[in-house]
Amino acid sequence: MSASVLYDEPGPRARRRILAWSIVSGLVLAGLVAAGLWQFAEHGQLDARRWEPFTQWPIWEYLFVGLRGTLEAAAYVAVLSAVAGIFLALGRLSTVRPLRWLATGYIEIARTLPVLLMIYVTLFALPAAGINLPLLWKLVLPLTVANAAAFAEIFRAGILSLPKGQSEAALSLGLSQAQTMRHVVLPQAVRFVTPSLVSQLVSLLKDTSLGYIVAFTELLYRAQVLSAYNHLLVQTFLVVTLIYLVCNGSLSFLAYRLQRVRRRVKDVDD
Amino acid sequence: MQALLDNLEPLLRGLVTTLWMAVVAAAGSLVLGVVVTALRVSPVPVLRGLAFAYVQLFLNVPLLALLVLFVFALPDAGLLMPLQTTAVVVLIIYEAAYVAEAVRSGVNTVAMGQAEAARALGLTFRQSLRSVILPQALRAVVQPVGNVMIALVMNTSLFAAIGVVELTAAANKTNLVHAQPIPIFVGAGLTYMALALLIGMGTGALERKVAILR
Repeated sequence: MSASVLYDEPGPRARRRILAWSIVSGLVLAGLVAAGLWQFAEHGQLDARRWEPFTQWPIWEYLFVGLRGTLEAAAYVAVLSAVAGIFLALGRLSTVRPLRWLATGYIEIARTLPVLLMIYVTLFALPAAGINLPLLWKLVLPLTVANAAAFAEIFRAGILSLPKGQSEAALSLGLSQAQTMRHVVLPQAVRFVTPSLVSQLVSLLKDTSLGYIVAFTELLYRAQVLSAYNHLLVQTFLVVTLIYLVCNGSLSFLAYRLQRVRRRVKDVDD
Repeated sequence: MQALLDNLEPLLRGLVTTLWMAVVAAAGSLVLGVVVTALRVSPVPVLRGLAFAYVQLFLNVPLLALLVLFVFALPDAGLLMPLQTTAVVVLIIYEAAYVAEAVRSGVNTVAMGQAEAARALGLTFRQSLRSVILPQALRAVVQPVGNVMIALVMNTSLFAAIGVVELTAAANKTNLVHAQPIPIFVGAGLTYMALALLIGMGTGALERKVAILR
């Protein structure tokens, strides 16, 4: 449903009203922005000397090292939890009862535990038990545990969305269960849920900001170190917010485009 | 086990903090999320753009980065509120974007004919949204919004990172003193699972009650 069906093609009066509303809301918005800027200026946060460091390459280079850490951690988590997610989804849909219970139990538990709690466990509980993971894995392991469940649910939705005829046809051609999954069901299911997978990637990239707590060199942690050194808290964290917005925004845009492509392909099929 | 029972009081106090913050944030983000959705389908381009920018901003920036920005950085610009208030406010504006996305998907499930019929009867934009579209959309999104609420409860644990002593922070502190990780963390984990289960059952019951049988 498109939004425009909610109202008619505006006539002259409606157009005037929309214009009036546009002007009023534009003015309110401008007022709010101005108040914010004034508040910032009042406390000297808009001074040129406070923003000047961010015109220099070394500062950006410093932050980009953090961004590389973010992307590295995200890549590990993405690959590991996607692989684990496929197996968990297959387990949850399996006809073998213990396997199904195990996968279902894992997914339901991992989905309802806060990631930070798991991070505290790897930070403080596992070392006490003699397991001291490298720094990267203290971040990647809890995130993988949590995201594997999310990926599993996405894959399961994809597998269930396929018409039953697909697997029935494959089985009647004499393919085994495993072959049916591998050659017929999974390729179509994965393609079907690609937009959701990309959205999950955004969520996972956001989760790596928890490296701030682990003291793993990722973007937010780097920002904290940088701001402790240059005392430009407001500027540093605003810049970091912007970097996150650009990275994840482009991923979200990709997901949106993929969804549009898929919808168009479906329209052609119908 | 003993460590858990001996420290029941601080842990329970943490749980109470988690609970009231989650309840306030849930109520706030539901209201704000519905308002943002309404702006997003409105005929005024400025408001539509504003709502779109709002949702994109908060879907794409990590909650922890926002919390750090609001709690540690913005006081430098003279924007200082009590710690717990700041935390709840940030969670409200963050989760409202997710609520708005969920509700919008619900608006999209309302059949085109419904909106056309409302228009044909001469209802204005506001009337058709209020009495035709939103009542149906909100019923369709009980489950997705419930999932957002579960995520909201999980996200309150991030408050531990900025110094609010809620359940996760209380569990961590107790463990640091007593070094009994298994009972303490399992206890905290089970509590979060119970909360999620409660929300899940609540939304399930609500959905059965309000669902439109087609």
